[in-house]
Amino acid sequence: MTEFGAKNDLEHNRENDLVKAVKRQLEDVMDPELPFLSISDMGILRDVILEDGHTVCILTPTYSGCPATDVISKDVLAAAQVVDPSSEIRIAMAPAWTTDWISEQARAKMTANGIAPPVGESHDKAFLTGDGKIIPCPTCKSLDTKLISPFGSTACKASFKCNACLEPFEHFKCI
Amino acid sequence: MNKVQHKQALLRLGDDALILGQRLGDWCGHAPALEEDIALTNIALDLIGRTQSYLTLSGALNEVNGESKPLTDDQLAFHRVERDFQNLLLVEQPNGDFGDTIARQFLFDNYALLRAEHIATQTFDLDAAAIAAKAIKEIRYHQDHSSKWIIRLGDGTPESHSRIQNSINELWKFTGEMFTPDEIDLAGASAGLLPDLSALKIKWDSAINSVLEEASLVRPDDAWMQTGGRQGLHTESLGFLLAEMQSLPRTYPDATW
Repeated sequence: MTEFGAKNDLEHNRENDLVKAVKRQLEDVMDPELPFLSISDMGILRDVILEDGHTVCILTPTYSGCPATDVISKDVLAAAQVVDPSSEIRIAMAPAWTTDWISEQARAKMTANGIAPPVGESHDKAFLTGDGKIIPCPTCKSLDTKLISPFGSTACKASFKCNACLEPFEHFKCI
Repeated sequence: MNKVQHKQALLRLGDDALILGQRLGDWCGHAPALEEDIALTNIALDLIGRTQSYLTLSGALNEVNGESKPLTDDQLAFHRVERDFQNLLLVEQPNGDFGDTIARQFLFDNYALLRAEHIATQTFDLDAAAIAAKAIKEIRYHQDHSSKWIIRLGDGTPESHSRIQNSINELWKFTGEMFTPDEIDLAGASAGLLPDLSALKIKWDSAINSVLEEASLVRPDDAWMQTGGRQGLHTESLGFLLAEMQSLPRTYPDATW
């Protein structure tokens, strides 16, 4: 290997390390509306790439009007800049965010926190509102639950109640 | 389609969403039930989000004397006068009672969904396609919500039946505008960005008819239709809406969040 090539490899490793360091830093950035889930768990952080020697954190909004998007961008930028002061945020609209990107681990954390996770996959239209599908109660696990409203405390959730334990609960809509 | 037409087409998409979102926001704290308060304001939020995306895209195409002079979504929303707004007359109609709001939403949601389905698959403007692809997921919820209320009210008590029928009758004259193409619609359709409105109407009719039938409501006749929103000729109520919506940024132009 020539001296030139060796230098390039070194440079390449340094850049890879930078991306890795930013990614590690972003593991602790939580969704402000679901503070027990990280933005990577949620599939909001799409990637960290390198451009012209600095990192670019690529985010996608969950819902177009989700007010948390701004907060998330600021939190991500602050975290990334700890490692790479010239890091940038880029919002990618395509492909559109889907609940299919929410990890299994994140779904388990939702249940543990009283939120019924999305059921099934987003391309199945029968799973649109949760109306007519069975959403187990996150508290008592009963399957006897009822949709109260396809809308909830945040854009991403629907309101349910459990007919067995009578607790109201939220279901993370499948989109 | 030239750049000015492209900019206008995107502006219309943003204006429809902005004005309806602003209207729905008025229900906050006033809806007949808590769940509806949450539903209507969540829908408003989706609409305002869509507004930001489309107005930003439209503003980026702005030119003055052939030179690029981008405008932000806020500049477009808060610093244009009534005549410069190109939203459909339907979406600016007052909230009225809950039935009027639901009827307006039902007529628009079905149109917005079909339009977004077209925009999401065209390749003339990929940014617009990405926004539409996202919007489709949200509009399906809105459409489901408004359709179920139409059925519930139409098939409910004699009182709810007659009132929702009356709401639909009153708003019907604003539906013709959705399918009356002007030069921007035609240029948009030939470029691929916008749907062919006559083909869209066939699908809209069938969607609307099946819900009205299930709700035991009568579809009004397509009689005289009021148009003009796309040309900036609005009904009286838009001015009042804008006066309220724009008052803060116009009084304090440097105000920031």
